Amino acid sequence: MNVIVIGHGMVGHKFLESVAAQAGGALRITVLCEEPRPAYDRVHLSEFFSGRSADDLSLVAPGFLDRDGLTLMLDTKAVAIDRAARKVTLSNGDVLDYDRLVFATGSTPFVPPVDGRQRDGCFVYRTIEDLEAMKARGAHAKAGVVIGGGLLGLECAKALRDMGLETHVVEFAPRLMAVQIDDGGGQMLRAKIEALGVRVHTGKETRAIVDGESGAHRLQFADGTHLDTDMIVFSAGIRPRDELARACGLEIGPRGGIAIDDACLTSDPHIYAIGECAAWRGQTFGLVAPGYDMARTVAKQLQGESATFAGADLSTKLKLMGVDVGSIGDAHGRTPGSRTYQYSDGRRQVYTKLVVSECGKQLLGAVMVGDTAEYGTLLQMMLNRIELPAAPEQLILPPADGSAKPALGADALPDGAQICSCNNVTKGALCEAVRNGATAIGALKDATCAGTSCGGCVPLVTSIMKAEMKKQGLAVNNHLCEHFAYSREELYHLVRVGRIKTFGELLKKHGNGLGCDICKPAVAGILASCWNEFVLKKEHASLQDSNDYYLANIQRDGTYSVVPRMPGGEVTPEGLIAVGQVAKKYGLYTKITGGQRVDLFGARVEQLPSIWEELIDAGFESGHAYGKALRTVKSCVGSTWCRYGVGDSVGVAIALENRYKGLRAPHKIKFGVSGCTRECAEAQGKDVGVIATEKGWNLYVCGNGGMKPRHAELLASDLDYATLQRYIDRFLMFYVRTADRLQRTSVWRENLEGGLDYLIDVVVNDRLGIAAELESEMQHVIDTYECEWKRAVSDPDTRRRFRHFVNSDARDERVSFVEERGQIRPATVDERDAAVRAQAADPAATEPAAPTLAEID
Amino acid sequence: MMNERTVPAAPENHGDWIAVCRHDDIVPDTGVCALVHGRHVAVFRIDAHDAKVFAIDNVDPRSHASVLSRGLTGSLGSRVVVASPLYKHHFDLRTGECLEEPRWSVAAYAARVVGDDVMVRIDGGAA
Repeated sequence: MNVIVIGHGMVGHKFLESVAAQAGGALRITVLCEEPRPAYDRVHLSEFFSGRSADDLSLVAPGFLDRDGLTLMLDTKAVAIDRAARKVTLSNGDVLDYDRLVFATGSTPFVPPVDGRQRDGCFVYRTIEDLEAMKARGAHAKAGVVIGGGLLGLECAKALRDMGLETHVVEFAPRLMAVQIDDGGGQMLRAKIEALGVRVHTGKETRAIVDGESGAHRLQFADGTHLDTDMIVFSAGIRPRDELARACGLEIGPRGGIAIDDACLTSDPHIYAIGECAAWRGQTFGLVAPGYDMARTVAKQLQGESATFAGADLSTKLKLMGVDVGSIGDAHGRTPGSRTYQYSDGRRQVYTKLVVSECGKQLLGAVMVGDTAEYGTLLQMMLNRIELPAAPEQLILPPADGSAKPALGADALPDGAQICSCNNVTKGALCEAVRNGATAIGALKDATCAGTSCGGCVPLVTSIMKAEMKKQGLAVNNHLCEHFAYSREELYHLVRVGRIKTFGELLKKHGNGLGCDICKPAVAGILASCWNEFVLKKEHASLQDSNDYYLANIQRDGTYSVVPRMPGGEVTPEGLIAVGQVAKKYGLYTKITGGQRVDLFGARVEQLPSIWEELIDAGFESGHAYGKALRTVKSCVGSTWCRYGVGDSVGVAIALENRYKGLRAPHKIKFGVSGCTRECAEAQGKDVGVIATEKGWNLYVCGNGGMKPRHAELLASDLDYATLQRYIDRFLMFYVRTADRLQRTSVWRENLEGGLDYLIDVVVNDRLGIAAELESEMQHVIDTYECEWKRAVSDPDTRRRFRHFVNSDARDERVSFVEERGQIRPATVDERDAAVRAQAADPAATEPAAPTLAEID
Repeated sequence: MMNERTVPAAPENHGDWIAVCRHDDIVPDTGVCALVHGRHVAVFRIDAHDAKVFAIDNVDPRSHASVLSRGLTGSLGSRVVVASPLYKHHFDLRTGECLEEPRWSVAAYAARVVGDDVMVRIDGGAA
């Protein structure tokens, strides 16, 4: 069946995801996309101004579009539809046939008929192109005005503020977010937004835009007042894109939009409409969740299943400029007979209102500003008609006697309750995923997609996960291993607070058995992060994994690779020559690493101390390539040489690498520093990424490459170096303190309740009041740094351990090399056997390429 | 600088028991590799265990690299084990059994401490 989809926005793409399995088989799908790029996240558009690029906002999974039966045409509009012949004419003149047509054309921003709205400097806020235009103008502007104080308008105001403009919001109604919240909530929201420096003007009707005096433009209001500004963004509502539908004679809703029935069918049985362009029972929807429901409904029908759209719950929870806002159900109490409870705390700046049925047993709606902790609970109560407790006001009042609030246990929810509305995930689906092994919030997100869009359901998803685990008899068990009934975070705390200095002491006080390959290295790392003693000290040596035990990386044949540190990837010609000479002398294989340094392979364990001595003589130190430690700080050339660089990325990279070298952590840590937005150092794929701006340095965290690449997120922007360093100190030590064993920063961040906002709160705003502690703990590690290679070669007890046999000077005859591309590589088992047979046949055969110990001496 | 190549003073041999090193030559709770009749033998010192020392073959069956003595020791349930440094398979120090893949089990040898010396006995079992 030929299906044409007109529009590739968020809802259009959700439709594709829902039918992807059928593409190439029963369905052949062609998608017409008017914009020059595939679907992207319009909900999080404001993040474009805080570091996310258009590519970052893409909703299309890599490779998704490369499948048979699915064709996406960008920059392509449908200009006419012949319903009788079932043909669509495109902007490029082509004509396509369809069996089914799906309208997903979305909306267009509504611009009120104000004189002057076409002036240069007036924008709308919908597409990436709009944002790029705004960014260009914002660079030359001092002040900006958003016309429209609804959800989108406030998002847009945040964008202007992130651009550094003096920001004003102009709203026609007497309050902000007039649709979702009431007067009380509106006042509280205004107060909080004004406290952030954004000026709010309500009850203002813009009549005309003319030349300004203290700004390029002047808005003239109906009440005779005016406001001067340099840039204006209209965010006064949206109108459905139904022009094509009108032109081909489809029925249109009373307030616009393509009329659809419960099956999302239009007045033509071969044509569907989904998302913002559709009108269901006269109602259009400006939120993405109902659009997703419609997309899934049509997808099911095309696959032969019956499905209906039954309207949408318009409850929403969001964070606007750091202010928590929630609106549930009948927020305005329009249901006849309903009563309200209101609580307003002027000091804490919190407002909550409940709308309750006449009988007092059902929750009909709620408004929350400043605190949305109870949003999940209240939403589930409303949706599932769960009977309210006897004194429902307790749900919103702070507990008077310190007792716990009447919480909604996860058990009170039926299996069919929709917990994540963005992705349509029910409680039943979550529980099944938990039973199938998703017993951490990151894994549960991966398995079900719950919590991966707006993130509002994460607290409730977490309590459902814990309740199900408890039911399954899975203790919420993050015990490190059978020897310690504690998580890594708890052990870290025990070590620090108890000033425990050895594994033996820890095992005696808090563990059992002999320990194992799980807890020993984990504890070794904890001890190192706290006390930073020599890792091969007798008490600690037995805890080290083979790599750390020999301060080198073991390879498949039992030889080791040696990586000297080259901070920032910078090395002098003398240094390169010295490394080259060591490699030649010991017959080692050389290769440049991804971390911008040289790796030397093929070292026998007994050669390591000599190799290190020569490298140390040439001015090098251990590169810690073997440890759960800081690896490298990758850099691009930066402003010293590069014509584009705006910051000295090499200088900063070297400073950071020298500061944190030697730090032990739950897993390896990699940094990147780029000198401009071209990002040649790929800093956004690192645990800590730093990018130069005109005003300073942007700090990104929790990215990584590897099996599951993750993009780093912006923690803070335009920092001076001292502040950058301070935040990194805190971030690293907080990670060291609280992460699980072998948990990269990305996974740790995914599992942090409160996510990035919480991390920013802890690191930048010092919400937990631990910043000074974290900084001094880091300073201790820095102050006690010592190169462990140097220590190992000068300590006879340690040096003595570097031998293959305890009772012979013979070398390991199983190690043998062959030549490839002018260097050595380990012989395979077959090659080795062949060499042994050859040797037996002709004992005069030549020695292998690598020099013997005798030759070195 | 010279490579230090001090070999421990040769210990005595008792019948088919071979002395491989002094007890103190082994860092507690770690292993060393001894050359015994041409075989690579991993010898472990586990102070908290009654047996005190254990010996198994040193060659990791999966990679054929002579490395088992370099692994982390510990207990798993009631077993005393070493984890191969390359692939982390666990070998029972008493029996040489590989817990994850029985077909990768290795030979185990008798080991004991006599005075200051660690001794092993190769019984001519399969390598």
